Amino acid sequence: MATNTAVGKPSLLKLWPWVVIPIVAIILPHIFDSGHDINLMSHMSIAIIFALSYNMLLGNTGLLSFGHAVYFGLGAYVAMHVLRMVNEAGGEGLPLELIPLVGALAGMGFGIIFGAVSVRRAGVVFAMITLGVGALVHSSSLMFTDFFGGEAGLFGDRTYAPSMFGIDYGSSVSTYYLIVAWTLVAAILIYLLKKTPLGWMANAVRDNPERAQFVGYDPTFVRFFQFVLSALFAGLAGGLHVLSDEIVNDEVVGQIQSGAVLLGTYIGGIGYFVGPIVGASIVTILESSLSTYTDAWVLYFGLLFIGIVMFAPMGIVGVIHLQYLSWKAGGWKGNTGIRLYLLLAGLVGIFGLVCVIELSYHYFRSWDPSAPFGLMGFTVDATGAMPWLVSFAIAIAGFGAMLLHAKPMLARRTGAKTEGGKA
Amino acid sequence: MSTRNALELKGVKKNFGRAEIIRGVNLDIHEHEKHVIIGPNGAGKSTLFNLISGRLKVSEGSVKLFGKDIHNLPAHKVNRMGLSRSFQVTNLFQNMTVLQNLRCSLLWSEGHKYAFWKSVLKQDSVTERANELMERLNLTTQANTPAQLLTYAEQRSLEIGCTVASGAKVILLDEPTAGMSRTEANDVIQLIQRMTGENTLVVVEHDLNVVFELADRISVLVYGEIIATGTPEDIRNNAAVQEAYLGTEVH
Amino acid sequence: MLETIAYSILNGVLYGTLLFMMSSGLTLIFGMMGVLNFAHASFYMLGAYFAYTLGQATGFWVALFIAPILVGSVGAIVERYGLRRVHQFGHVPELLFTFGLAYVIEELVALFWGTVPVPYKMPDALNFTAFNLFGLDYSMFKVFILLVAVAMFVGLWVLLKKTRAGLVIQGSLSRPDMVGALGHNVPRVFMLVFAFGCALAGLGGVVGGIQFVTDPGMAFMMGPIVFVVVVLGGLGSVPGALVASLIIGILQTFFLSVNFSLAETIGTLGIEDSGFFGVLWHMEATRIAPVLPFLLLVLTLIFRPRGLFGKREA
Repeated sequence: MATNTAVGKPSLLKLWPWVVIPIVAIILPHIFDSGHDINLMSHMSIAIIFALSYNMLLGNTGLLSFGHAVYFGLGAYVAMHVLRMVNEAGGEGLPLELIPLVGALAGMGFGIIFGAVSVRRAGVVFAMITLGVGALVHSSSLMFTDFFGGEAGLFGDRTYAPSMFGIDYGSSVSTYYLIVAWTLVAAILIYLLKKTPLGWMANAVRDNPERAQFVGYDPTFVRFFQFVLSALFAGLAGGLHVLSDEIVNDEVVGQIQSGAVLLGTYIGGIGYFVGPIVGASIVTILESSLSTYTDAWVLYFGLLFIGIVMFAPMGIVGVIHLQYLSWKAGGWKGNTGIRLYLLLAGLVGIFGLVCVIELSYHYFRSWDPSAPFGLMGFTVDATGAMPWLVSFAIAIAGFGAMLLHAKPMLARRTGAKTEGGKA
Repeated sequence: MSTRNALELKGVKKNFGRAEIIRGVNLDIHEHEKHVIIGPNGAGKSTLFNLISGRLKVSEGSVKLFGKDIHNLPAHKVNRMGLSRSFQVTNLFQNMTVLQNLRCSLLWSEGHKYAFWKSVLKQDSVTERANELMERLNLTTQANTPAQLLTYAEQRSLEIGCTVASGAKVILLDEPTAGMSRTEANDVIQLIQRMTGENTLVVVEHDLNVVFELADRISVLVYGEIIATGTPEDIRNNAAVQEAYLGTEVH
Repeated sequence: MLETIAYSILNGVLYGTLLFMMSSGLTLIFGMMGVLNFAHASFYMLGAYFAYTLGQATGFWVALFIAPILVGSVGAIVERYGLRRVHQFGHVPELLFTFGLAYVIEELVALFWGTVPVPYKMPDALNFTAFNLFGLDYSMFKVFILLVAVAMFVGLWVLLKKTRAGLVIQGSLSRPDMVGALGHNVPRVFMLVFAFGCALAGLGGVVGGIQFVTDPGMAFMMGPIVFVVVVLGGLGSVPGALVASLIIGILQTFFLSVNFSLAETIGTLGIEDSGFFGVLWHMEATRIAPVLPFLLLVLTLIFRPRGLFGKREA
């Protein structure tokens, strides 16, 4: 009995991420202090809330949405209208710190409206309805130009609004801190929601809606409440987007935004609370940094996503967690070297593949394919055979060693060990 | 024993397209009684359960639970009015542990509904009742084992536990001993008797040993109709039953 | 007005037949495998690009046959080495896999053929006016598309109704679990159906790429509309896909070609051109056209999830 009561009680030690992460978030702008970096970190924070809210649906309730940007975007638009009202009133009215709340309420409102028609069924029907609602709202955003500002979008001025604490939000650092504060609040709330009766029953409905009915719960209602709360946090993220960018256009409600949050959340790992956090951070960083280095970044994204879906459906965090568990249970003993070899071979293979893709982009897409271009520190000629041969050779050698040598070796070793253990 | 009826079925019919599976069932189940429904394969026993528990809609007739109509109510509403059921195929929250399964089953009956402002683990009454149920189920040592890793017999026990946990006064068990060995089946019967206590119990069962051990009264369902209802003794001596059902299996 | 109606019906039917070429494959794949192939329109796009490149070497007529076969082969490879692996994780990962695949195919197409449209043109043999309607020319190529679609529908019908393979597919549309029990190699059947469905989409691309435009955005343009069609027709139903294709085709073409708004037709009734309903009242039909399919999609899923002809709910 003693073991039962101890289960799930968060020991103080387990709270360390909640202390460490804010400290890191506070220190970061002092290390990366360029305007571009701070902007990036603000976007990361916003993406994290958005992904966490998305995972309330996908991971916790088993609802795959293709239209979550609707709540992000509509939250952003409503928040922007309020900001503009404050601007027009001569900087009087709602304090800037509370404008994200307007976005949250708007997200919730639209969540109630669209959620009511979406959640009757889970699975493919739900996915299709969200796709339809997403496309509907996005198309409407170009129809109703009064509210959505047409293709140019809407502008606001965050500095021309009152502050509760007398802070000047002209600098992007102070805005960043405001966003981080809201992110922390949202993250804690989303984390706590998982521990409530609703959070538990969301998992129950995900796993077995029929059983949930026979313990008294209406799966439709469980999904609806989760949907509305998720939309609320998506709207909050949208409201923060208004503060960081001071502009909203139709992209914020668009399918690309909906797709990006799905990609990020899934890449991180939908079965873990930190999964979406990691995924959203990676996607934001990659999107911003990769796109300056290479035209191929969307392709890399797609390949990464497919790779995760095919080989690691538990996501990046899941892979790390499983390896950690295996290491802790002594599963790495005697084969740590093989594991590292497997990882290394895989990385070599990926390196080769990246070389091939970069060569291809240069060869097919640049004005002059024969112009020398820099590849991994070398200057090469993409019209010659040599770089291609070397790149393909690296890719094939890497993946070959991984799949045909290292993987069977690890399987043999661990297989032999578990058999030995049983005997 | 009280003579109030826990369940009343009047002229219940169910057809799928042109095929009539349940062809006018009238059945009264007394409060606190242990009532077993037997019948040959394909007689419609599971369908009847699905109709009572709101998993399927009746085509005609009425089902009353403690005098209130429950046909055409969705399953969760039926459950909230005091009826719970288990399934022929194990139907648990497979990814959750034993303790979590029990907690989930207790949440509604303990009045927590869709609350999103309180922690499940801090609800002492839920924890207490879950632990108590676990002990009665002999599953305490497995508290933190995911349901999908339990043995078949343990899963069936847990399912009975979850069914009881949801606070129902009327409990429907669909073949609780299906696919079990003699000794396992005996254990489950004892478990059922221990767990259900004063509750009204309706069981679908194939195993006649189990039936006669458990039942206060028995109903025989053949081709969608109840051909006899009575005490085990009545049923044993009923010529129609012997012909339609027992005759083929008893000797 | 009569001209507009006749003309938009003709063009709508044309558009509808193109939609049917894609939706028939998609609905077959869904009915059988339970996979909603997000990348289906990407195979349509591949059909157009393959035919364009092949056509430069072999001419249009050879490409018309080879390109769909190539697309089908790509589909078979995708199923064999991708989907089959993901299948064990369930339907949601399958959906996600095809979702990612759509991104990758679009990028690869942009990589090899560039982001601007390629000059994929109709063959000279079909480049003449077939008939004239209300002073508007109707080209032979459009007639040809109709013929291809009719041939495809007849071929599909014969295949499904008159052959053994068709019986297996039909049977599995209503009871996918029984195919294996009857002794068929389920993974192989899945692969062939997926490849076949992709080849149909590829055929759509071969003619559609000429009729519309061949650029990397064409999959993204078509994808959602094809979903609307299969949902409206009823997931898994080929006749449903045909009817829904024509409905959507005609409806959208009609809205695009007529120039009316509620305010113009009925009168302003003193409603100002502002506010939600006011804007809607004064909105021209052409601007409503892009929203229409999605409105239909959502309404269908809410009120009749099994679509017009579907037997099972999605």
